[in-house]
Amino acid sequence: MSLVFAGVCSHAPGITGRAHLANPAVKDAFYAGMDQMRQDLEASQPDAVIVMAAEHFANFFMNNMPVFAMGMGHSYDAPIEDPAWLGIPRVKVPGNPELSKRLITEVMQTVDVAFAEEWKFDHGIIVPLHFLTPEYDKDVIPVNINCQGPPLTPLHRAWAFGEALRRACDKVPERIALVGTGGISHWPATPDSGKVNWEWDQRFMAQWCRNDKDAMLAYTDEETLRDAGQGGFEIRTFMAVAAAARGQGTILHCAPIPIFAVSCTAATMTIV
Amino acid sequence: MSLYAMQKFLFELNRGSEVQRRYREDREALLKSYDFNEEEYRAVYDGDIGKLYVLGCNGQLLMHFAPLLGMPWAEYIQAMRDGIQKYGPVRAGVYAMTTGMDDKVAGV
Repeated sequence: MSLVFAGVCSHAPGITGRAHLANPAVKDAFYAGMDQMRQDLEASQPDAVIVMAAEHFANFFMNNMPVFAMGMGHSYDAPIEDPAWLGIPRVKVPGNPELSKRLITEVMQTVDVAFAEEWKFDHGIIVPLHFLTPEYDKDVIPVNINCQGPPLTPLHRAWAFGEALRRACDKVPERIALVGTGGISHWPATPDSGKVNWEWDQRFMAQWCRNDKDAMLAYTDEETLRDAGQGGFEIRTFMAVAAAARGQGTILHCAPIPIFAVSCTAATMTIV
Repeated sequence: MSLYAMQKFLFELNRGSEVQRRYREDREALLKSYDFNEEEYRAVYDGDIGKLYVLGCNGQLLMHFAPLLGMPWAEYIQAMRDGIQKYGPVRAGVYAMTTGMDDKVAGV
């Protein structure tokens, strides 16, 4: 079939793990945005969901860090974090190794990608799934872009990867949903946790919504670190989704929530 | 400087229940297998979040060590600030503090 859904959302562990510390009205407004995204995803009737995240040393470390990786497992255990800390109980998420293999094989025609039959989901994947497929009844294919261990994946390669993923989705009969997670500006897991650059976030999301490739590829890691923190490196997943979808974005929710350490975002993009 | 060894330890600790058990019950023997210098060994052995942060450990690894030590989020944030005050600025990596000592940005 093809790509039938594209979207992006935040994945910060505080979204579930520190929900009890948030202003209920502010939290509920974001949760409502995530629920709208869930409804949009379900309406697209996907056979499988690709979750493209920037993982945080759950599976990949500097002993062998892939630029891109895709999962090819029968199932995936989650979360790797303490369930009480993350606020998400342990679960086994179904995979689809046969579909993964076909997608990976096609992606490899233009982009070198590592594959993994073992993969434990961290918050980068399981927090979005907690909202988007709460019954864990959809086959999931995890994808990672290295946004953590420098040297990081170059932005233009993240774009090329998104294009390759789209081509791969177009070649399989299944209906595929694609969700990018992470970003936008934030300084997570540091004393600065809670700080965001709201103006930067608004500018980036406007560029993302109009799928302005040139503007998004113009960011440098030095500027991003200065203006958007090390968490800002995760814009790579948003950009890869834009490259795959080729359409225009709609923001369902985007507002800073300091206790969640990020401007909490849910957005969808038309597929062209 | 063996930042790599400290981060490798945290990576393996976060992933493995057996490593977590050994850290609780057999800490000295476990830590012998990592190439730490004395300062790093002491920081890991003591679970000194502030020192590990100053030594450059990536926050995405460090923040999972805190709940294993029984440390709630607000204490984790404060431990890093205390580390800066006690040991000076972050010495390596990309997780340097950019806010002032008294800035309260975390929402707790």
